Amino acid sequence: MAQANIELLTPASRAEIDTWVAKYPPERKQSAVMAALRIAQDQNAGWLTTELMDAVAAYLGMTPIAVYEVATFYSMYQLEPVGRHKINVCTNISCLLRGSEDVVKHLQQRLGIKLGETTADGRYTLKEVECLGACVNAPVAQIARQYYEQLTPELIDRIIDGLE
Amino acid sequence: MVTIEINGKPVQARPGAMLIEVADEAGITIPRFCYHKKLSVAASCRMCLVEVEKVAKPLPACATPVTEGMKVWTRSPKAIAAQRNVMEFLLINHPLDCPICDQGGECDLQEMAMGYGRDVSRFHEGKRVVASPDIGPLVATDMTRCIHCTRCVRFGEEIAGVMELGAPGRGEHMHIGTYVEKSLSSELSGNIIDLCPVGALTSRPYRYSARPWELKAHASVSPHDCVGANLHLDVRGHNVMRVRPRENDEINEVWLADRDRFSYLALAHEERLLAPQIKRDGAWQTVDWNTALTAAAQGLRSVMQNHAARQLGALAGYGATTEEFYLLQKLLRGLGSNNIDHRLRQLDLSTQEAIPAFPWLGQALADLDNLDAALLVGSNVRKEQPLVALRLRKAARGGARLMAVNPVDYDFNFPLAARRVVDPAAMSQELIAIAQSLLELNGEQAPEGFAALAAGVVVLDEHRLMARNLKDAAQAAVMVGNTVAYHPQQGALLMLASLVARLSGARFGILSEGGNSAGAWLAGAVPHRRAGGEASDSAGLDWRGMVSGGLKGYVVLNVEPELDCIDGAAARAALAAAECVVALTPYVTDAMRDYADVLLPIALFPETSGTQVNVEGRWQGFAGCTTPPGQVRPGWKVLRVLGNLCNLDGFDYDASDEVRNELEAACSAVLPSSKLVWKAPAALPTRGSGLSRIIDYPIYSVDGMVRRSAALQNTPDATAGVARLNAAMAAQYGVATAARVRVTQSGGTCVLPLVLDERVPNGCVHVPAGVATSAMLGADAVLELTAAE
Repeated sequence: MAQANIELLTPASRAEIDTWVAKYPPERKQSAVMAALRIAQDQNAGWLTTELMDAVAAYLGMTPIAVYEVATFYSMYQLEPVGRHKINVCTNISCLLRGSEDVVKHLQQRLGIKLGETTADGRYTLKEVECLGACVNAPVAQIARQYYEQLTPELIDRIIDGLE
Repeated sequence: MVTIEINGKPVQARPGAMLIEVADEAGITIPRFCYHKKLSVAASCRMCLVEVEKVAKPLPACATPVTEGMKVWTRSPKAIAAQRNVMEFLLINHPLDCPICDQGGECDLQEMAMGYGRDVSRFHEGKRVVASPDIGPLVATDMTRCIHCTRCVRFGEEIAGVMELGAPGRGEHMHIGTYVEKSLSSELSGNIIDLCPVGALTSRPYRYSARPWELKAHASVSPHDCVGANLHLDVRGHNVMRVRPRENDEINEVWLADRDRFSYLALAHEERLLAPQIKRDGAWQTVDWNTALTAAAQGLRSVMQNHAARQLGALAGYGATTEEFYLLQKLLRGLGSNNIDHRLRQLDLSTQEAIPAFPWLGQALADLDNLDAALLVGSNVRKEQPLVALRLRKAARGGARLMAVNPVDYDFNFPLAARRVVDPAAMSQELIAIAQSLLELNGEQAPEGFAALAAGVVVLDEHRLMARNLKDAAQAAVMVGNTVAYHPQQGALLMLASLVARLSGARFGILSEGGNSAGAWLAGAVPHRRAGGEASDSAGLDWRGMVSGGLKGYVVLNVEPELDCIDGAAARAALAAAECVVALTPYVTDAMRDYADVLLPIALFPETSGTQVNVEGRWQGFAGCTTPPGQVRPGWKVLRVLGNLCNLDGFDYDASDEVRNELEAACSAVLPSSKLVWKAPAALPTRGSGLSRIIDYPIYSVDGMVRRSAALQNTPDATAGVARLNAAMAAQYGVATAARVRVTQSGGTCVLPLVLDERVPNGCVHVPAGVATSAMLGADAVLELTAAE
């Protein structure tokens, strides 16, 4: 059986994971799995390879399938390559009432892709997400760590033009 | 105890017990899917909902602890409505493919749907379809049928200790799988077939071959390891269609190792010998039994006439029945020879006099669950006796400190509190260091001859930790495994391990190699003891003596010495040089055709009655459940007639029970013991130059049956011969980049694929035995290794 290679996690990633591991009792190291997966995803252009998940499993002393269970449960973990900019559009009830369908439609037209797809040049991924917790300024989208609120087609164009 | 009332009937219950356990004990049926008495409670299927007084909603019986005065109704209108509704939900996504499903007829879902469901479904929408992954040659998957009870996942996580199946995904997309398609590697994976309440996980070799109502279950016992797992052989007509566990809480609980479950596939192997054959003028002829048996008796007699009775010897396999062992030794001893042995994998037989009546575990198998500490010496227990490892894992989960002194850092399914992984040649030093540390702890005088051994041995903290763990434990055991049996200084290791046990107050046990070693010892299939453990009038030759002495005549019983003997090359050469070799064998190999003169086809365990004695000393009889194929006859009958044809008295048995009764009478005074009387081992030899060979028998190479089970041979645990060494050693020997290496041991040479494995200590190479590609290697402790290209 091929041994998982924890070297796939960069020293910086491992150091960051260690700060999370330190928050839990030593025998509960696996509690850091969600943070560790996020850190691993961030170091790898926003998505998790099976090898990276195996490395997280080995690093935290877990079986690989237990890590896959976590990574497949949460929609924020990407298991396939994503574009440089992952545009997360909320389509939950508040945003829906405030026009998220138009937001999605405009984004799809502008980028030429459907929800869940990535542009051929690898720049954008369009993703439908559940409530982002900013209903007061619906409709909302999240790109990287930034929220964009009260979206209109014009605003969307400006935002996309501003992305590198 | 608390008193509760179920369906108006008062029931006594242990406080804290779950309702479903209490109901089960009282014989009240509550439907369930996810609950299993040997697994943790998931409470996810909701099928076991029952009505409880003063609780507004129905409660799951599997997760509701009983309390004093609780009133429960399992069949009230509220309970029935809840069960019916849960069943309706469970069936929403379940396909209606029972006619093509292997589980049909023994399906929990089918039965529960009949008993607790509605007659027609109100669900008209599309059903979910789930891809079925290939998880190896043993378990077939149809994941669309899965109802997500997670028993298989919990089994891997809790019992087997290798979590390979999981539940990736969420909501509608959640499914049971491996995420990455791969074969299950667990040696216990077949148990998920029994656990699965639907047809999602079924037996792959059995697939589409029979229906449960066509099968008749026969009780039997597995001959593949010293546990003696209890089996049900499911037979249709004259064919064993599959094997299932027979529940026995004292032995295998509800589990089976894959080896026990799938070895039956070798019953119809093409190498089965189906009729007696004799060699005439160098050519093999199929003959009738009369001719063959007369030829066999004639051959043995002529050896006696032309030479002497002591020129006869018998080699038996570990898996023969106790009755066969008994009759074989009775035949040989009747003819005047004590040359009989079954320990064909033991290189060092110097302590054979010190071994009590048979190699004993020192305790019951069930006692292993309650150990607080245990030291394994030379044991890959997980692959040698998977069901023992399962009990040790249970102990470890209860906090036991398990430790190992091993020649390879074997992968266990339980954590080790301390470990020493050393060159086989240094294993005795490890035990000496632990014993030394115990002597210091006890403030005790060293036994005679120990000080000389201990001179120069360094006691490390790890040794002190092991000593302390053993000594502090209320229930401790020291157990030697099969790697000790194969070790060139087995005698010294047994003595030292038993000393460690005595000094620490731990029970000493031997996890004997093979299936029925205990039976063989008791039956007298050893050169120095008669049946019942009584000393032989004059000790005969052990197998090494028989092989190196080059006897004129051999009887070979249920063994392929070229693979089953640890020095197969020498055994084969000795047999080839003999004047007469009579082989009682279920299979015939090219090697056998080469050295044998008479081939007598004997039955495999499902085809004969007999007795296995397990490592606890438990006699387990079983009946034959199928007619043997062709002209094949049970081994005990063949030996009986051979005895008669040799004009020996006392071979007039009508049934194997009579053989057993005779032997049991001889064994009536035998008390199981694992006490070895201390005798300081002779100065330990220093090891020669070269690499130490670490030798063991891979799990699916231990006997003729498992070697011929196609399904087992396709699992990741099956091996076709390999040389493993660590990267540093590979670099030192200049083979770091070689794909294959040439290995030379005692004059035998072979080329094997090289695998770099950091679990192998420095100075060693791990070359498993029992496989054809390395069968020509000899028995020296060290070997030479070079790149093959």
